[in-house]
Amino acid sequence: MKISTEEIEKIAHLARLELSNEQKEEMRSSVEKVLVWMEALNEVDTDGIEPLVHITEALNNFRPDEAKPTLDRTKALNLGPDTNDQYFKVPQVIE
Amino acid sequence: MEKFNYAFVFKIVPVLMNYIPVPYTELRKQLFQGSISCLEVVESFLNRIELNNKNLNAFLEVYGDEAKQRAKEVDNKIKSGTAGKLAGMVVGIKDLLCYENHHSYAGSKILNTFKSTFSATAVQRLLDEDAIIIGRQNCDEFGMGSTNENSAYGPVLNFQNQSKVAGGSSGGSAVAVQADMCQVSLGTDTGGSIRMPAAFCGVAGLKPTYGKVSRWGLIAYASSFDTIGPMGKFVSDLDLVMEVIAGEDGNDSTLFETARNYTKTQKVAYIKEIVEHSSLQPEIKNAFFDRLEQLKSLGYEVKAVDFPYLEQLLPTYYVLTTAESSSNLSRFDGVKFGHRTQNPHNLIDMYKKTRSEGFGEEVKRRIMLGTFVLSADYFDAYYTKAQKVRRLIKDYTDTILKDCDFIISPTTSSTAYSIGEKTLDPIQMYLGDLFTVQANVTGLPAISIPMGNDDSGMPMGFQIMGKAFDEKQIVALSKELV
Repeated sequence: MKISTEEIEKIAHLARLELSNEQKEEMRSSVEKVLVWMEALNEVDTDGIEPLVHITEALNNFRPDEAKPTLDRTKALNLGPDTNDQYFKVPQVIE
Repeated sequence: MEKFNYAFVFKIVPVLMNYIPVPYTELRKQLFQGSISCLEVVESFLNRIELNNKNLNAFLEVYGDEAKQRAKEVDNKIKSGTAGKLAGMVVGIKDLLCYENHHSYAGSKILNTFKSTFSATAVQRLLDEDAIIIGRQNCDEFGMGSTNENSAYGPVLNFQNQSKVAGGSSGGSAVAVQADMCQVSLGTDTGGSIRMPAAFCGVAGLKPTYGKVSRWGLIAYASSFDTIGPMGKFVSDLDLVMEVIAGEDGNDSTLFETARNYTKTQKVAYIKEIVEHSSLQPEIKNAFFDRLEQLKSLGYEVKAVDFPYLEQLLPTYYVLTTAESSSNLSRFDGVKFGHRTQNPHNLIDMYKKTRSEGFGEEVKRRIMLGTFVLSADYFDAYYTKAQKVRRLIKDYTDTILKDCDFIISPTTSSTAYSIGEKTLDPIQMYLGDLFTVQANVTGLPAISIPMGNDDSGMPMGFQIMGKAFDEKQIVALSKELV
């Protein structure tokens, strides 16, 4: 598996990361090495095997449908880097 | 039993090298007889933190005054007969666990302002039984590392030899126990993060069955692998903590337990490919075979089994955990909590700069790998493939455990590395988890207990993996061996 700098740029964008040119090359080379190492998975025949998604036998473990208070708004807003009395604030989205 | 006055040890020689740690049950007797107080116990641990933590970097924050205040309250409860099961047990918690109104940084710069609004179930249950939380322990950033060198707050050093790593990711938790800075630590284990540092530091650490302890309040790394478990010098302490922290809390839908009545086979298996592995340090191999003899003398039949997926264990783990972490860590966006970049141009720029400034190199690499294996073009080739191999590994391991009670191995292939030895090549770092990761891929419980020291005096670890929800049997066997 060869990874190009363009692919690293595309993945970094999807992952919302910004890398310098130097970091891009370091990332490209280390990601490529790890992906090659992961190819050991291809040595195993998995025809007809169902993917394992749930690791315990617990399925559809619903709680009773009761309204309960969750996190208090003021407490939640106190954690935010930029807030007003009701909302978390972010840079302008619509021009 | 000898009549040793443990109170004397705590009171008279709190900071000297000849401090003798005792199991919590012994300490509890003294506390309830009134020959020692919780306050004295807390002060004794605080003294050793004061003496050693600056060098070792095990605790990122020490709750000194608070712990002393709580100790006084617990002393009163003991006097009035209302004290809980863990009254006066001094506990340190890994920086990945939430504790109400206290910081949790997850070893990361991106959370360096974060204070939790609630306590993790495991933490709350310890508090409810009157344990005393003494501080927050250093770890690899978001649990991603095997040496505790990936912490944004500096590495943790091994108390046995300070040129060596603590192991990771629960390195601070292991060293805190190793250096008698707390009775017990609460760590987390996603691929070996409790057992590996326990082995490197010569202490015991238990990774419970996936689904045994609620993950509520654990800052998520890989949700289908993450577990919370105890570390300590005494297996009996781990057992007590497990009894308190395990079980349904209504906040983790993967919790699951039914009564298990496995028929004991008196058989123990070891995997040939592990014991014959080229990376295995000769002293560890010898100590392991000594343990096999010990098991035989205890009446166990020991048998060697094949395991055809050894080469696939770590790749399976890394495909799935990087995928899960890239998704879990998307919540760190600079909006709701934690670090936010200064003066971003727009929203996307804010996300990117915040995350790039806040995350360390290994975390970024794992997010990138996870984003890659989940991307449309590669999803089936990596992610689905790894989920299929995970089933084969789980089924094969379960088959071995149908025929025997435990699978044993050395915990690690070598003793603690030198600082900096493994940081240049991520794959070399990943290989450190080769023997521990099977328990996480399969969700099974496993313990690491001390197995003596190598020729340079560094501790070695012995691992016992058991059947699902069979922690009690693992503990029972550990007690026979220690």
